Amino acid sequence: MAESGNPLPQAASEAYYLRFRDDVPADEPAVSLDSFFEQPNAVSVRIEAGDDPERLIPHLSRVTLVEVDFPKFRDGRGFSTARILREAGYTGEIKATGDVLVDLVYFMRRCGFDSFAPDVAIDPAVLEDALSRYPYVYQHAADDAVPIWQLRHPELANG
Amino acid sequence: MKVITGNDLKTGAVIWWDGRGWSIHVEDAADAGDGGEQILAVEDAACRVNGGYVIEAERGLDGKVRPAHIKDRIRALGPTVRPDLTLKPADPDAGSWVI
Amino acid sequence: MYKYDHYDQAMVDARVADFRDQTRRRIAGQMTDDQFKPLRLKNGLYLQLHAYMLRIAIPYGTLDSRQLRKLAHIARTYDRGYGHFTTRQNLQFHWIKLEQAPDILAELAEVEMHCIQTSGESIRNISADHYAGAAADEIMDPRPWAEMLRQMTSFHPEFSYLPRKFKICVIAAEEDRAAMRWHDFGLRIVKNEAGEVGFEVYPGGGMGRTPFIAYKSADFVPQHQIFSYLQAVLRVWNRHARRDNIHKQRMKILVHELGEEEFTRQVEEAFEHILRLGTDFPQAEYDRIAAYFEPPAFETGLRDEIDRSDPDFAVWLDQNVAAHKAPGYAIANISLKPIRGIGGDITAEQMEVVADLAERYSFDELRVAHTQNLVLPHVRKQDLYAVWQALRGAGLADANLDLVTDIIACPGLDYCSLANARSIPVAQKIAERFADPARQHDLGELKIKISGCINACGHHHAGHIGILGVDRKGTENYQLLLGGSGDEHTTQAKITGPGFDEDGIVDAVERAVEHYRTIRESGERFIDTYRRVGMDGFKEAIYG
Repeated sequence: MAESGNPLPQAASEAYYLRFRDDVPADEPAVSLDSFFEQPNAVSVRIEAGDDPERLIPHLSRVTLVEVDFPKFRDGRGFSTARILREAGYTGEIKATGDVLVDLVYFMRRCGFDSFAPDVAIDPAVLEDALSRYPYVYQHAADDAVPIWQLRHPELANG
Repeated sequence: MKVITGNDLKTGAVIWWDGRGWSIHVEDAADAGDGGEQILAVEDAACRVNGGYVIEAERGLDGKVRPAHIKDRIRALGPTVRPDLTLKPADPDAGSWVI
Repeated sequence: MYKYDHYDQAMVDARVADFRDQTRRRIAGQMTDDQFKPLRLKNGLYLQLHAYMLRIAIPYGTLDSRQLRKLAHIARTYDRGYGHFTTRQNLQFHWIKLEQAPDILAELAEVEMHCIQTSGESIRNISADHYAGAAADEIMDPRPWAEMLRQMTSFHPEFSYLPRKFKICVIAAEEDRAAMRWHDFGLRIVKNEAGEVGFEVYPGGGMGRTPFIAYKSADFVPQHQIFSYLQAVLRVWNRHARRDNIHKQRMKILVHELGEEEFTRQVEEAFEHILRLGTDFPQAEYDRIAAYFEPPAFETGLRDEIDRSDPDFAVWLDQNVAAHKAPGYAIANISLKPIRGIGGDITAEQMEVVADLAERYSFDELRVAHTQNLVLPHVRKQDLYAVWQALRGAGLADANLDLVTDIIACPGLDYCSLANARSIPVAQKIAERFADPARQHDLGELKIKISGCINACGHHHAGHIGILGVDRKGTENYQLLLGGSGDEHTTQAKITGPGFDEDGIVDAVERAVEHYRTIRESGERFIDTYRRVGMDGFKEAIYG
């Protein structure tokens, strides 16, 4: 997956678009999951909170952008959606849209989200604090952070 | 009468709208008429109240405000099982006002 | 017991900074309460009736003296000199100021404590058998697994915004002292025929307004696959739970709607997938954690005889002391249910007495039981008299463990913003009615559990006698239930009939208890008699 350390604000169709990738953003609007299957040339797809992301897995090779919508910040289905896509080997962009609050972004990054287009812009200073606050992680996720248990046992690194 | 109540944002203390500001004593509560929600919107935005709401209350023969629901009467006084922690620790009969 | 290393400490310290920042933003008006609420709830901070309430995690109910002294200090400095032990083995303070909450978290972090995930829609503090490590009947100490799961479920990114709360319980004995099957995810450690350790898994339990008892989804998940299995369960639920009605989002509802068979099938499918990702922890990490739970250095050659010449002590001994796995040792239960007191409440001074006793007589360890009592797990039998005398001096020597006055009650409408009726006064009136020690002992084991609303924090569904407080047109009303249990024969209590007012419910309980006394057969506990004869006779006795 193309990664960059610092988010690069990008000019795109959205008013606010925070992106942690270096590649060129997709310039076609994302279509619904059902439309995606009807349009063989579509490369951008939008997954609503109730959609089944596993339907997309056989088609991931042609996808460059998946938008995952958060209708309410309390609705955490999108976290599993992103992980399922990453676990299936998808390396394209996963963008969180909707009610994305700054305190969610850290967890979303760990689940494989690498761009954010929230309804309300995020304060960059608060975001920086939130993303750098936790020095370690306790478990594997979709990022490459090494869990604490592995740091505790460097002897296992090659085993 | 309609009375506005909530909790102080910073301390969590139960507070009552007295017409100009907030008091911890239900006796000070003012009749907000139909203006409750409007006052709450301003006070909430100013971070002076948390979880504010408008309740029904009546003014008793003694002139004191008595919330219609037991929950708000317990909020006004304090826990009935710990009279020492209520706003009226010296009044052994304070709990009967709640029930 | 477990000790933090610099990684654990760094995570807890980071959480303090995180919450300090979130609190600052809220007080400065940069966040609405709607936005702040889920964040403060993930840190155990509620807004209750009279103030904020802070719930402190006591993982698997294990504490040391340094931690309890810190809680006493917090009670004095930031609260009103006392705390309240909960039915999830946690402690909560009821008079907290938002602006001081970050300082309290910093104080807790000094003694390896925190409030992480003690409320909100998160994976909650993991509970365990409060006799773990001391019970004669356990296969092994379940706490290393509870600690392992505590770490793996802390700040889990995929499960940060679950549909609802999620409660895990781990036990390792045939007897269930922790109400395991009333949890969203119950685990019983077992050994297979080859002697390998694994887990029986019981998902889908929970109390609340729609109670369900967990069913068994797996007979044997190998020990080092349990985190994968847990993640599979969480993923199925996180993806498929309803999100449109907060009262129908607990996992038990999904299990019920899909059916046990289909839920199990989906979990197994996800389990197979997640297992391949290699997210489970290795044996070396289990060994590192388990080393902290090695049994203390029990002395050998101790006498088992106890001097029973003080009759008051003998009563306490018979009621509150349980068998220990090491010869010469005993498990001493500290009742927090004095007759005119408030169940689960403990003053700062009492905390310090208990901390001293744990340090001096119990290898510096104590436990919190889900019954809102405390446990000194490893006391030499020859020290029991001294322990009892010290407890008596602090008003902590009530000899009523598991008896009719050892009542579980939620804080109810005296403190809780969700409650519909008060619980504590009802518990107090029942306890006073049955205060006579001879009467209590004659009645034997009888578990009364009282909730002040349908959220069931007082476990009324699991009470031999359960009481549920409701709001009936603005006045408090109490429903009576019979036949519940949180033991290894878990059952759900049933409502007897129309409700009662506060005095009426006390009379109704007494009529039910007297009916039992009249019809019991030799050796039968209340619950045994109820199970033998059923509801009808009791109903008649209660309603006439």
